[in-house]
Formats: sequence, C-alpha cells, structure tokens
Amino acid sequence: MPASLLDEPELETEAKQATWTLNFGPQHPATHTTLRLILELDGERIVKATPDIGYLHSGFEKLGEHLNFNQYVTVADRKNYISPPMNEVAWHHTVEKLMGIELTPRCQYIRVIIGELSRISDHLLCTGAAALDLGAFTAFLYAFNLREQIYDIYEEMSGYRFHPGYTRVGGVLYDFNDRVLGRIRTFMDNFQAVYSDMSKLLFRNRIFLDRMRGVGVLSKADAIAYSCTGPVARGSGVTFDIRKDAPYLAYPELDFEVPYCTEGDCWARFMVRMEEMQQSHHILEQALAKLPGGPVNLPIADKLNLPDKLTTYNSMEGLIQHFELVMPNRGFETPVDEVYAAIESPNGELGYYLIADGSEFGWRVRTRPPSFIHFSVFPHLIKGYMLADVVAILGSLSIIAAELDR
Amino acid sequence: MSTATSNFVDPHAETLKTLSSVFGEGVFSQSRFRDNLRLFVPPSRLIELLTALKTRCGFGLLAELGGADYLGYPGRTRSRFEVHYVLRNLETAEMIVVKAGVDDPDPTLPSAVPLWPGADWMEREVFDMFGVRFAGHPDLRRILMPDEFVAYPLRKDYPLRGRGERHNFPKLTRGES
Repeated sequence: MPASLLDEPELETEAKQATWTLNFGPQHPATHTTLRLILELDGERIVKATPDIGYLHSGFEKLGEHLNFNQYVTVADRKNYISPPMNEVAWHHTVEKLMGIELTPRCQYIRVIIGELSRISDHLLCTGAAALDLGAFTAFLYAFNLREQIYDIYEEMSGYRFHPGYTRVGGVLYDFNDRVLGRIRTFMDNFQAVYSDMSKLLFRNRIFLDRMRGVGVLSKADAIAYSCTGPVARGSGVTFDIRKDAPYLAYPELDFEVPYCTEGDCWARFMVRMEEMQQSHHILEQALAKLPGGPVNLPIADKLNLPDKLTTYNSMEGLIQHFELVMPNRGFETPVDEVYAAIESPNGELGYYLIADGSEFGWRVRTRPPSFIHFSVFPHLIKGYMLADVVAILGSLSIIAAELDR
Repeated sequence: MSTATSNFVDPHAETLKTLSSVFGEGVFSQSRFRDNLRLFVPPSRLIELLTALKTRCGFGLLAELGGADYLGYPGRTRSRFEVHYVLRNLETAEMIVVKAGVDDPDPTLPSAVPLWPGADWMEREVFDMFGVRFAGHPDLRRILMPDEFVAYPLRKDYPLRGRGERHNFPKLTRGES
C-alpha cells in the first residue's frame, strides 16, 4: 500500500531527482467534470498538487442578483447537477427563512422525499464512479441504471428529467400524484437488490479495498480545521449532521441514524456514503407512510407563492396573484435584511447567505458550496501518494465542477 | 402556571456571557434576525473576536466565509464591503455570524487562515470577486477568474455583461502552447 511505501528507506535516500509536471485534466476520463490538477511528480510520487479551477465561468452568483426568487431556482439546480432537487430545497429553504414562511406539512414531507431521493442519486453516482475509476465497471452500471429510475421520478413529478426546477417560494410546482408515488415505490423496491449487488461486488473486492484503504487519510482535527462537512467529515469521525443537529423541514419527525467512520481514508468516505443511502431509503419509507394530505402550497391569500396552473386559469384570484408575481415592478416585498441558512446536501453543508433589499431580487446570493471546500483540501490529502491515487481521492471527495466556479 | 410564562431560551446566552466577560462593552454590536445572531466587529478587533469564539466558546468549525458589496443598498450607513464568517459549535450545534466591514480606498481585513486553514480558498474567492485583501494570507491570488483579469466581477458597479475584458485575453496558439 502506498502509505507504507513512503516509509521504505530507498525511496527517501534516493538522490534528489528533478521533478516533472503533469497536467491532470481538464476532461480527463477520471475527473468526470472540468477539473484541472497541476501535479508535480517525483517519479510516480506526488510532491505537490495545485488545483486550478475556473474553467466554466458560470457567474451563478451574479445571476442571482438579476433573477427573482422563483426564477433563480433554475440556476440553483445547475450548481450540483448530480442532485438538483437538493439545491432547490436549499435555495427555497433560505428564501422562506428570510420571509418567515412556515410550509404546509405536506410540502415539508415532499421536500424531504425529493431531497432524500437526490441524496441517493448523488451517492449512487459517487460510489459507482469511484468503483469505475478503480476498474470496477459493473458496479457503476448497476448504480447508473438505478439512477435512471430516479430521473423517471423527476420527469413524472415536474416534466423535466435532469433539472426539475420543482420548488417554488412557499410550495412546489405540482403536487405529487399517484403515478409519482408509484414510481417512487418501484424505485424503492429495486433499491435493495442493486445495493446488495454493489456491496457484493465491492465490499470484499481485494483490488478495490487495497486502492481505497489507507489512501488520502484525513484526521478528525484536520477535517474540522479545513471546514469539511458531510460524508468527507463523517468519514473522519465528525458526527455533525444538520438534519439531526439543526433540524429543518420534517426531519425531527423521522427516525434515522448518522453513519460515520473514524479512519478518515477513501474507504471510510465510501462506506459512509453507502450507509447513508440505506438511511435515506429508511427515511423515504417513513416519509411515504406518513405523507400528510392537505394543500401543498400556501393559500393564495398570503400573496407569496405562484398559484398552480389550474388555479391561474380557472379563478380570478389565481389570475390576479399570478399577474402580481410575474409582472415587472410588482412581486412580493421582502424584509431589508440578510439571513444564512444551510441544509445537509449529499456532499455536506449547502448554505446560502442571502441579502435582500426589499425587492424580490436578491441583493447578494452567496452560495456555500461543499465541493469548493473539499477541493481545497485535495492538495493536502494527495501529498506523498502515487499518481494512481489521485483518482481514488478525487472520487472519494465527490467534486462537482459547477459548484467550484459559481 | 408554566403555560403562561414565556419559555424562550436564548441559545446564545452562554456565548454572549463569555464574550462580554472577555471583551466588556463596545467592541462589537449585535443584531438578530430569524435565528441568526450577528456580531459586527471593527476589522482591528476581528481576529481577537474569532480567536475568543474558537478557543473559549467552542466554535470549532468555520462553516462559511463570504463577502458582499453594499453600494447603493437602501438605508446603508456602514462601510461598503462586509465579510461574513459563519461559525458552528459542533458540540451544541450553535451557529453564529461574525461580520466585519471595510471601505473602498484600501479594503483590507486580517486573514483567518492562521485560525482555520479552511479559510484559504474562501478568502481568495472574496479577494477575487470583491477586491477585499486579507493581510497575512499565505497565497492571495485570483482563484476563479484568470490572472490577467483586472476587475472585480461581483462588485455592484460591475455590469452583468462585463466591460469587454474577455476580448482582451491573450490568445494562445497551438504552436506557442
């Protein structure tokens, strides 16, 4: 294993060789997105890694100052394109906190459901792709096939497959109908079979274990010092989870556990993600069983949320309310104040620092992206390991390029 | 009788007590909105306050660091730029927001990297987007924009479509690269 190779004396006592530089990515098959790493190598050992971001130039935060709170959900979607509904939930969670809106019980459960579905979707891709990068192609195919069923759910509930744009201020676009619930149940029935297939392929796979164990070790103190959150921190023994420790939506009413490991290596982060999928499945089961009836949006009388299409076209109040929110120079009024709110996204703390100036446009929409923070830890994790370990460590951090360069 | 009394318990009471015993009065002002407690502190006392929060009050995690430009913000009397630090206590799940403001001719704040190495990239991003400098930062360079870029894109006086800087980027041909 590489960690022990480092201690071998002949490597250390070798005459100081000239190091060479390797550009790893962008668009390397194993970086998945547009990441670029400038690696300084001594043979195959990494002396120094300099991550270079800023390849997409998306300007999401500037756009947030020019799109209103309902429109911006389409941009929030695209920040983490692996689990879009979670970003929507985070964004409107912040807006609703700014406005002081209490959601209806049904809406809270629906947001929990789409959030946990996207957590499973994100972890499936992350664990599957980690396996793919280390040579286990079949596990990736199983995971990706299951993800397709989650996309089917998105398509059924909103009409869009990849970027649903499903939440609205004070509610969601459409209520769940029976077909959506049926698709969620089908997905949940298939989940356990795929999970057990993946675990049979990976958990005792000698090559996979050797490539992951003892690689990229992050201690608990370092995880906290480097602001890590989510599975990366929980793989190092930090048990903090916003769903448990600062609960939001319907999470206090649901029973689940926060899995963690103490080793802090790639394997620990992988196992935390695998176990979190099981917990999300458990949450989904309860949320479906407890899903309350009643309205999903706030009443029109509150003058906050966009009425659904049926109300807009069939009632005068709905039409007026739609007009009031959509026409320029109208819309609702917000407090002249600022608020920070965060949720537990698949990768960790996903927060928004939202400054409002009284209009329905954000004055400043700062995103706290988990991938950005985790990518900054990468140079410290990779130092001293081998070139082949870059792929293992990158995969275990789950870095999303659109979150790096907002 | 217990139903009639207010059962509001301030989650920040302990922290504020510790801070007032360290700093006394007048170092920072505070405000609350929803469940956010914000402490406004002058740049000269910023590191002192962050250190006290980290070592004495248990705020171990710097959850978020970001900047904002308040040019033209309604009713604005304080400085133009503000940088916010969101700290979390991992034991009690308490969250606190520290804000420090700087003004235009030389917007400089002390760096929080010695306290939290995780502040490294976040401070670089604030510098890149707003031009706020962090004294004592080990490697203060642009992070999102290219090095040749001269403006600060998230400032309020920077237009949405840019000022044409992108047309002046140096072009590399395949032969030179």
